[in-house]
Amino acid sequence: MSLLEIKSLTQQFGGLTAVSEFSTRFEGRELMGLIGPNGAGKTTVFNIVSGFYKPTKGKILFKGKQIDGLKPHRVTAMGIARTFQNIRLWHDMTLLDNILISQHYNLGYNLFDLFTRNRRYMENEKRMTSIAMELLEQLNLVQFKDEKPRNLPYGIQRKIEIARALSVKPDLLLLDEPAAGLNSSDVQDLIQLIRWIHNEFDIAIWMIEHQMAVVMSLCSWIQVIDFGKTIAEGTPDEIQNNPDVIKAYLGDDNI
Amino acid sequence: MLDSIFQNLFNALQWGSFYSLIALGYTLVYGVLRLINFAHGDIFMVGAYIAFFLAMFFLQGDGGLSGPVILAMVIPLTMILTSVCGVALERIAYRPLRRKGANRLYVVITALMCGLILENGNLAFLGASRKSFPELIDKVVYNIGSISMTNLKIGVILSSILVYFVLNAIISKTRIGMAMRGISYDKFAIPLMGIPIDTIIMVTFILGSSLAGLAGILFAMSYPVLDPFMGALIGWKAFIAAVVGGIGDIKGAFVGGFLLGIVEILAMAIFPSTFRDLIAFSILMIILVIKPTGLFGIAKSTKI
Amino acid sequence: MINTKKMSVPSLLFLLAAGTIIAAHFQLIDLYVQTVIMFIGVNIILSSSFNIINGYMGEFACGHAGFMAVGAYVTSVLNIMFFTNSKTFGQAIFAPELALYFFPVTMFIGGVAAAITGLLVAVPSFKTRDDYLAIITLAANFIIVSLFINMDVIGGARGFMGMKQIVFAMEDVAYIPWMLIWVFTFTYFTVFVIRRFVTSTYGKGIIAIHQDEIAAEIMSVNTNKMKLVAFMLSSGLAGLAGGLFAHILGYINPNSFGILKSTECLVMVYLGGMGSLSGSIIAAVIFTLLIEGLRFIIPAADTLLHLMPIIPDTFHLSQVLKWVIIPLILVILMQFRPEGLMGNRELSDFFPKLKKYYEFK
Repeated sequence: MSLLEIKSLTQQFGGLTAVSEFSTRFEGRELMGLIGPNGAGKTTVFNIVSGFYKPTKGKILFKGKQIDGLKPHRVTAMGIARTFQNIRLWHDMTLLDNILISQHYNLGYNLFDLFTRNRRYMENEKRMTSIAMELLEQLNLVQFKDEKPRNLPYGIQRKIEIARALSVKPDLLLLDEPAAGLNSSDVQDLIQLIRWIHNEFDIAIWMIEHQMAVVMSLCSWIQVIDFGKTIAEGTPDEIQNNPDVIKAYLGDDNI
Repeated sequence: MLDSIFQNLFNALQWGSFYSLIALGYTLVYGVLRLINFAHGDIFMVGAYIAFFLAMFFLQGDGGLSGPVILAMVIPLTMILTSVCGVALERIAYRPLRRKGANRLYVVITALMCGLILENGNLAFLGASRKSFPELIDKVVYNIGSISMTNLKIGVILSSILVYFVLNAIISKTRIGMAMRGISYDKFAIPLMGIPIDTIIMVTFILGSSLAGLAGILFAMSYPVLDPFMGALIGWKAFIAAVVGGIGDIKGAFVGGFLLGIVEILAMAIFPSTFRDLIAFSILMIILVIKPTGLFGIAKSTKI
Repeated sequence: MINTKKMSVPSLLFLLAAGTIIAAHFQLIDLYVQTVIMFIGVNIILSSSFNIINGYMGEFACGHAGFMAVGAYVTSVLNIMFFTNSKTFGQAIFAPELALYFFPVTMFIGGVAAAITGLLVAVPSFKTRDDYLAIITLAANFIIVSLFINMDVIGGARGFMGMKQIVFAMEDVAYIPWMLIWVFTFTYFTVFVIRRFVTSTYGKGIIAIHQDEIAAEIMSVNTNKMKLVAFMLSSGLAGLAGGLFAHILGYINPNSFGILKSTECLVMVYLGGMGSLSGSIIAAVIFTLLIEGLRFIIPAADTLLHLMPIIPDTFHLSQVLKWVIIPLILVILMQFRPEGLMGNRELSDFFPKLKKYYEFK
């Protein structure tokens, strides 16, 4: 059974077809890339997979179960986490709270336990805190645990968002332009980080990225979409030499 | 039976006109500032009082002016003075808060407080005795079939329709009007086009408040007893009408106002009058639940 | 070993409450002062429960008084029906002395009824946001009030009375200021419940919704469920405030739960600061004292100004001025502190040293 299987996914908004007949498959713990020019429908694919849109047509199977049409929080609970192009952290909460709240999928207590603060509540809060602290330690973020994300440098915010996504113990991590807005030394750190996460957490990663250096050095398989359609897929080498891809990115004349 | 329906419909149009005129003011300000100007209903009340004092002043004058002449002077003067009041609120209370970057809701609360100050200040300083508005024009009753219409009611309906078209022209044809529409899309680009944002906001408040002033005169002429709280309930209701129409949209406010008028009058025609609010609000709530952004509002899609 | 840090706040509050009750019992403080103290309690419940929605969750609801009305009516009607002989509901079903023991029960039922009414706004909030939601809450307030106006069985627009009899029935069991005790109990209960809710990982979900709803949903927060819980909790607690309010006054009228009351709630929340529990409490205390204080200050100022002679003899400062002065104070205050008294911080954030002495969870 493959981890994720997307079959001929189509999304229409009114008359506009944002994604058409998109298919892909994650067999195991691959690191794949999704690239394409601006407005090609990459983020729409992520939005469908993570449950924000119900696809017009098509099927998404995750660990053999159908997930299209599920609410985002259910999809996340099943093991797909994501980050956003424009960082979406809870900027007025501490870093620790940012990670803790992401444990909502696995609270382990109900409102009654909460109000009575019984042993179940205490144990589960302790468990969640230790999960969060462990994660922060792994990612070297512990020193920021009481800081609010808005006061931290942009590069750290990116890292925090990835950490937050990891805190739901996903099997598949969707990264939406993780290198956007980073300077070149931050980008090098990010490449290291993603590679390390991929090995250390043993998870599948699917990323949208415009910076070819990132995609080409990390991904083992890349899909290219333009105007919602898949125009090419293959290994980084194949993609780099594919005339259709070059055409989509640079236009006809430049060849 | 049919006659009574038409009679009710006619009355509904007159009621709707008041709601529409006030709702337009809410919507204008909201469209530009995303601010619910909760003091707007009380600006309407202030308009009615200004009209009252002006009318009394001219009536007591030695000129021996006739009613229609006085009315012709009172209408523009009231609209001007009411807009001065509206702009003053903006300058004194809202603008400094906006400059400080306060949470939007704090400005809303400030507006709510300004409304209370206007209502109760009026009550405290002018006293609890109700003012009765002088009759400026003779009432003429027209009977078509068994439907009776007065010149005043027709005047109210016609002026609200006229106002709508004038306002529409201002919004869609003039430079400042286009800036008003544009600003709700891009707060930063419009000042770059050469129109200072404060000018746009001031014009918005002038337009909105003068319409409330006009509604105040018309209301005072139709229902000649003024009291300090006359603007409170009608203001809340007009605001709800604006939202049901789709707040920020001129057409929405206009239609919403008439819709509320019709719903209210029909509810009163069918049920005991105490059920009016219950039924009117239930219907409005159902509309909002079905169409969460109002009849003409466009859902703002959040970019993920 | 007793954890002194944990016990410091409850025991301090207990001493304060016990002191007040004893003073009231021996008539060291008169009925008026007692009533003011009770209103402070009711207002604390109102503002802190409203803060769940308007502060922590960041929605702009403006119909809190509607839920208060539901609680007030349900509790009162149940009490009158069960424990007194009345024209409306006939003979008492239970012995009047039982009113004392069942008061928490009827209060609880009133709260539950208010919480269920909260669904009226909670369910639309799944799809509707911002100012459109504000209208739904406003309309809900109008609808609830006008429903009660149209229920002639319970007095309609004339109001519903007889709750003093319940208080008398309690006093027949033991002559102590029962209402004062109930107000203290329920106020403590409310603050305690809210505090526990918003400091838990579960409850922080509503703060996440405030700051970024999309991020909350994607990070596995069931936003619809959280909204449901928040609205029901908030309106349920408002129902408790209503039940107390009805029994303090002994008389309720649908119009006392109108927009003006909701406005008072809004004022207290934003005065205190969005998302600050201690802010809500402080604001409720200040607000109540201001209203009651002006009752004396205005006539005094009137006499003074006439003596001076600054204002004409024919003109008198009326009590209405209260509602000019309070909004004016708020408008001015907001110019200086546009985030409310406390912002979204708590007392212990301002005075970190306090943390040594207490831990209130």
